[in-house]
Amino acid sequence: MLMNLFKFKGGVKPPTNKTQSLGKPIAQAPIPSRLVVPLHQSIGGTPRPVVQAGDRVLKGQLIGEADGWISAAVHAPTSGTVLEVAMHVQPHPSGLDALCVVIEPDGKDEWIPRQPLDYKSLAPEQVRERLQQAGVVGLGGAVFPTHGKLTASKTVPMEEMVVNGAECEPFITCDDLLMRERAEEVVRGIGIFRDLLQPKKILIGIEDNKPEAAEAMRAAVKAVGETFEVVQVPTLYPAGGAKQLIRVLTGKEVPAAKRSTDLGVQCFNVATAYTAWRAIAHGEPVVSRLVTVTGNVAEPRNYEVLIGTPMDELLKLAQPKPDTDGIVMGGPMMGFLVPASSVPVVKATNCLIAHSDKLFPPKAPEMPCIRCGACAQACPHELQPFEMYWFSRAKNFGKTQEYNIFDCIECGCCSFVCPSRIPLVQYFRFAKSEIWAREREKNASEQAKARFEFKQLREEREKADKAEKLAKAAAAQAAKKAAEAAAEGSAQVAVETTAAPVAEAAPVDAAKEAKRATIEAAMARAKAQREAVQPKNTEHLAPDQQKAADEIEARRVAAHLIDAEPAAAPAPASEKPE
Amino acid sequence: MFAPAPFLLKDASVTKVMTQVCLALVPGIAAYAWLVTPAILIQLVIASLAALLAEAFMLRLQGKPQAIFLTDGSAIVTAWLIALAFPPLAPWWLVVTGTVFAIVVAKQLYGGLGQNPFNPAMIAFAICIVAFPALMSQWPNAGLQVTLVDQIKVIFGLAPRVDALSGATPLDAMKTALKLAEGSSSVGQLLANTEIYGSFAGRGWEWIAAGYLLGGLWMWQRNLITWHVPTAFIGAMLVLSGGLWLYNPAEFANPLFHLFSGGAMLGAFFIATDPVSGCTTPRGKLIFGAGAGLLAYIIRVFGGYPDGVAFAVLLMNLCAPLIDLLTQPPIFGMKDKA
Ligand code: SF4
Ligand code: SF4
Repeated sequence: MLMNLFKFKGGVKPPTNKTQSLGKPIAQAPIPSRLVVPLHQSIGGTPRPVVQAGDRVLKGQLIGEADGWISAAVHAPTSGTVLEVAMHVQPHPSGLDALCVVIEPDGKDEWIPRQPLDYKSLAPEQVRERLQQAGVVGLGGAVFPTHGKLTASKTVPMEEMVVNGAECEPFITCDDLLMRERAEEVVRGIGIFRDLLQPKKILIGIEDNKPEAAEAMRAAVKAVGETFEVVQVPTLYPAGGAKQLIRVLTGKEVPAAKRSTDLGVQCFNVATAYTAWRAIAHGEPVVSRLVTVTGNVAEPRNYEVLIGTPMDELLKLAQPKPDTDGIVMGGPMMGFLVPASSVPVVKATNCLIAHSDKLFPPKAPEMPCIRCGACAQACPHELQPFEMYWFSRAKNFGKTQEYNIFDCIECGCCSFVCPSRIPLVQYFRFAKSEIWAREREKNASEQAKARFEFKQLREEREKADKAEKLAKAAAAQAAKKAAEAAAEGSAQVAVETTAAPVAEAAPVDAAKEAKRATIEAAMARAKAQREAVQPKNTEHLAPDQQKAADEIEARRVAAHLIDAEPAAAPAPASEKPE
Repeated sequence: MFAPAPFLLKDASVTKVMTQVCLALVPGIAAYAWLVTPAILIQLVIASLAALLAEAFMLRLQGKPQAIFLTDGSAIVTAWLIALAFPPLAPWWLVVTGTVFAIVVAKQLYGGLGQNPFNPAMIAFAICIVAFPALMSQWPNAGLQVTLVDQIKVIFGLAPRVDALSGATPLDAMKTALKLAEGSSSVGQLLANTEIYGSFAGRGWEWIAAGYLLGGLWMWQRNLITWHVPTAFIGAMLVLSGGLWLYNPAEFANPLFHLFSGGAMLGAFFIATDPVSGCTTPRGKLIFGAGAGLLAYIIRVFGGYPDGVAFAVLLMNLCAPLIDLLTQPPIFGMKDKA
């Protein structure tokens, strides 16, 4: 099948390091001694726990319920007992804790009753619901709930569906092996997506350094009787970035401000399609995933791993070498060192790389930028990293935004090529988080201001109301008096004719009076506040200084420079606006 | 604990970049030493030592790590460009003065590596040609017949500066000859003098320029420079000199002569391409290169200096930030319309 491919600008060619972990077929990792399953494993709302310590759970049983439309359910990876629902450290660069369900496996690996579905007889809505309930999320690493991407836009016709089998990050081979060994199920999963989205074309992109995977996929497509196109794309990092792959296969460029659906494209990872098929056709929720275990280990290999397996237990299977000093989750370009080696494997874990200084030598010291432009040439989003770096460093975040910092996908190409060894991506992350923080702060302070103003308004209104009530009461009193006088019979016509207007005018006057009173009170408060914030260097004085000060004060009072009053009436000073 | 991603890095460093720039200069230097005078090698050493000492001194003053910055190679590149731009038999102190000024003022006082708005080597050239115009215009006569030992003596002031040294570059000779002749001799007649002008641009000098061209192409192939600046520089000079040559071939030399004499090739590939003081956007580089090429021609043909590359580059350095600002390319996904 000949097809016109498009190029994206930039990109780099790091050594791929993939052969190490390709030697053996996928192995099943044993059930670990303990599973720590984080509830929040996808973008969107945190699932609510539906189990408690002491509960017995079966494999595939719901333990966390999807919270909202963009959220996906979480399930028990094996049968066993819930030990606790508690906070545990996460495989996230922040090193923060999150709510996890800790399960002690019973070793029986006993499934819940699984219900295969004939999805073709279901309404699309039900299929999406099913995927959400099965916890199907993007397994390429972004973990966006898949059902959320399976509604076609009403305005833009769905042109192409791109299936991502590019796997461009060095070291990672789990998608490669998945396609080699389970191509048919991947293809069937793609079929589900196709039926829901109804795109005109389906393009499966695989980097041309995986000919076996491409071959297996082609054969599977044929065997299943589909018309999907398997396209081998040039091996160039980050060809597996969704936006880059879309560009290569369709020529369309998705900017940061847009979603690919706005351009009539949607992109799914091959592993996601696989789990979707398992979920629908076998009734199996996502409780495991393929993980490449490689790096500084004796036996690099791909494993099918239960979600929640502690990383150190998994790593042991591959026999890490003694100088291993950390675990990188993800690839060497975009991955991160996990905060503790005991953190669990999650749905986003595609690869574990045992870190050692031999494998990834410590970086040379950072030099000043020589504006060589290598970073700009390498940037697949055609940004000017050195400019963004300059302004991030100078904390001129407005300028970084002018240089489109939010279009940066943090692919690391710029850092990779920089001869000055500047950790550019780190600067961009810093700038982005700073901008977010400031934005939040601004919103918060605006809200606080609005709240304060509203409160003031309410207080004023309450006061006015009170004053009005008082005035009304006074008027009623006056009217009553007038009426009494009239009743006494000594009233004259003149009085009667004037009394009524007085009675009517009284509320008006009273209201004015009340207003004047509030204004005066406010002024008094303001004055008191002013005085309260007067310089306080006269507070802790030695007696003789105090005496001198008092004398000065007395002279001032004598000269009528200031009022003696505040000193005599300090009480209002304690009144604070809050 | 560890530096963050990417964990894999390309095997690149500033030292490597600078070393390759120096390597790219080697063909030109070889032609220089072989065809004009080996004294250039002495000057390269003098300039390098002066640059390193000045750099070490300044780094020490500012408390910056000397080991890292002295080995980054940037001072050597500046030093070599100065040596190659100055007359090869200039007295040692002139080269030293220029180099020290370049490093201390034009580079370190602006913040050091990567911070200088002007090309330090060209600042050195400009300062010296203004301060010492006579010494800066004494070039060895074509077919210099002085032994290397005598040349070294001249450089170090141990021997009188003999007549054989007090020539001019072919470029300058052409300008002077045309001025003196006032129409009685044409460019064609002058160029026929192969003693001075070699086969097309200056005896010896044309091969030096060819050496720079070769090194420049190698740098382009190695991705150390992009094609924009040299192409625009050469293109602009070609168009302007070609136009004037077609208009009056007796008064204006042909483009080949201009491209292969003086600092044109060195300027196009090694000086105007300096990333620190030049433009960074593709369109900006084109404007920068073209501007430098045009100004260099105008200054050398119509101005008061024998060659115009230094001033042309400095003038364009001045405009570089603005050009960059105005030529920011659209980013991924934002190329349609506005
Ligand atoms: S690659 Fe590094 S040194 Fe070169 S321009 Fe970019 S940030 Fe500066
Ligand atoms: S990390 Fe950002 S700036 Fe750097 S190359 Fe990737 S997209 Fe461009």
